[in-house]
Amino acid sequence: MSGIPGGHDEYRMRIPADRYQALLSRMNEPTTRATGVTPPLDPDGWVDRHGDVLYRYALLRLRDPETSAELVQETFLEAYRTRDAFAGRSTERTWLTAILRHRIIDHLRREQRHRSVPLPDDESRAAISSTFFDSHGRWKKPPADWGGRPEALLEAREFWAIVESCLGRLPNTLSTTFWLREIDGLSGEEVCVAAGISQANLWARLHRARLLLRHCLEKHWFEGGHEESTTGHDRKTQDAPGNDA
Amino acid sequence: MTPRDVRLFYRLMNMHCVDVAPLVSQGLDHELPRAERIAVALHLGICRSCRRYRRQLLLLRSVLAHLGPEVETPPVCLNSTLPPEAREQIKRALQSQNS
Repeated sequence: MSGIPGGHDEYRMRIPADRYQALLSRMNEPTTRATGVTPPLDPDGWVDRHGDVLYRYALLRLRDPETSAELVQETFLEAYRTRDAFAGRSTERTWLTAILRHRIIDHLRREQRHRSVPLPDDESRAAISSTFFDSHGRWKKPPADWGGRPEALLEAREFWAIVESCLGRLPNTLSTTFWLREIDGLSGEEVCVAAGISQANLWARLHRARLLLRHCLEKHWFEGGHEESTTGHDRKTQDAPGNDA
Repeated sequence: MTPRDVRLFYRLMNMHCVDVAPLVSQGLDHELPRAERIAVALHLGICRSCRRYRRQLLLLRSVLAHLGPEVETPPVCLNSTLPPEAREQIKRALQSQNS
């Protein structure tokens, strides 16, 4: 089990290089890096060491405490049953998380089958359009200036609390597919297969999720007065064409 | 050019923000077909709002990367921990696997 699903390479490049290196080295310890020997699994300590993180992982994606606890239990049991297959190529946590993720995907697939048919693309497109765009097709509320220092955000605790809260507000139909694609880094194709939806449906969902999330973040963080002051920053040249990536 | 080409050309040249936003979003996931790519680039050239939107989506993506599965201790503030009953139940279940 390699741990990182396909399609992650493109995704990796978006993480700043120094962060990526830090993540990579954290991920590789404490297995074979130092000694070249696979450390033995320690199931007795699993629940204490990994239980909370796994639970949070599931809860963020499923929003339901009971199902989350259930899937965490299934994960530990499956991991225990298949412990001989753990080749030590990743850390315990990465391995357990991968099992949990597959459980979440299976759960999602089962849910999808019981749920009623999702909105036809035309209807949902119209709904999202009228929320954010006027009758001329222009932004009702144009995206605001988020200031010049996005890196500063990552250090702020309140920012993460708002990110989490905004993610939590995503409607259930959008939430899990968004998580799988955007946060777990599954490729578009993998998400389509996992969720049993068409590619067009996936893009429509991601589009809606991104519109909603961006809007929520802008409203609660940037307009909540948390933004770093941009006085002294020449806004005119900042937004001129050609200055953007 | 066929009439179909003309219609397509006309449609692409008359894109508004509402048409471009989903393409900007899609462009994050895969390479857009050439015609759409050009139309989006043209629109972004004259529309500050959509330029910002694109920039913000990219920022969002790099922010969300910090919550990804590669991160051992994500910076989340959720204080949720595995409820004690669930914790005990799991431990019991694991122990009964042992015996």
